[in-house]
Amino acid sequence: MTTDELLNAVTGAFPVDAEHLGALHARLAAAADGAGILDVAYRTLDTPVGSLLLAATPIGLVRVAYGAEDHDAVLSQLSQRISPRILEAPARLDAVTRELDEYFEGRRRQFEVALDWSLSSGYRSVVLHRLADIAYGRRASYTEVARLTDNPKAVRAVGSACATNPLPVVVPCHRVVRSDGSMGGYLGGLEAKRVLLALESS
Amino acid sequence: MTSTPTTKVPFEAIVALHGATVLRVCRAVIGPNEADDAWSETFLAAMRAYPELPADANVPAWLVTIAHRKSIDVGRAAGRRALPVAEPPEQPSLDQPGRTELDADLAAALGALATKQRLAVAYHYLGGLPYAEVAELLGGTTESARRAAADGMANLRTTYRGVTPESGIT
Repeated sequence: MTTDELLNAVTGAFPVDAEHLGALHARLAAAADGAGILDVAYRTLDTPVGSLLLAATPIGLVRVAYGAEDHDAVLSQLSQRISPRILEAPARLDAVTRELDEYFEGRRRQFEVALDWSLSSGYRSVVLHRLADIAYGRRASYTEVARLTDNPKAVRAVGSACATNPLPVVVPCHRVVRSDGSMGGYLGGLEAKRVLLALESS
Repeated sequence: MTSTPTTKVPFEAIVALHGATVLRVCRAVIGPNEADDAWSETFLAAMRAYPELPADANVPAWLVTIAHRKSIDVGRAAGRRALPVAEPPEQPSLDQPGRTELDADLAAALGALATKQRLAVAYHYLGGLPYAEVAELLGGTTESARRAAADGMANLRTTYRGVTPESGIT
């Protein structure tokens, strides 16, 4: 018997099952939140536009990410830009989860949860703050949004603000389309944009 | 996982990667009843300090070192001596799936080792802590930590041989 075999046997003598670890993890998340060190809490949510990553700081919802953005990569960005003290801790996302469920069932037209805007700055932030002016079920062109910000020539900048929206769905960049009525791009993929616009027009 | 020196993996990944190992160490060090408390205190303290941890730190060794301190704290809070002594060995709990008689006997044999041997085995073999750092936690020289771990494993080997048939587990 080699030392490795013995070590495997000793390790196996302390079996750790996933359920037990899950319970310890939940206890850690609650304790960290209580101690004020849970800087970012996240969960994933299955929706008609795929799995969404939802992340919140104590201030509010800070990030919504499509699967196409790669959730692991998004968590790494949050670690770098906000704090590495990140845990999967669904409780902090309960309110936004409820609102998103209602939205996708067609029972909600605007979101009320607190937002943390720390991932957007400068003109992009200005653009994103104006998107709430585009009502549910309506569409605006990139040019119109540029005009809304009193910066009518900034059409391209509006496009890049939408393309880097840290809070898609909740901050409705999907309502921004091309002047000719065609869809334009979308960070969650064109199919997701189509689904959201169809939902809101029904 | 690739990460530049300025980027830390989310703490969630640290828990996912090392949670089971730290729980095993806590159970071997302080016994099954207090292990959950020690685990929780360990990860809470680690999460608090995580932003200041040097990017090139040996994360599992760091966690095991915290687990050592927290096990002492939890043991003290439970009214025990400063260093946890041999717990009543883990009883063969039949409701734990996959748990064999060998598992129960090995856990019991580990619990019955002299304290220094038991901790050296837990920190080095279960926790992956280098001998030099085991010695820092337990006192004494690196060589004495190595010897304690080796003696502990020799004792466990005897138990293992006593339980398994001659052919061993293949």
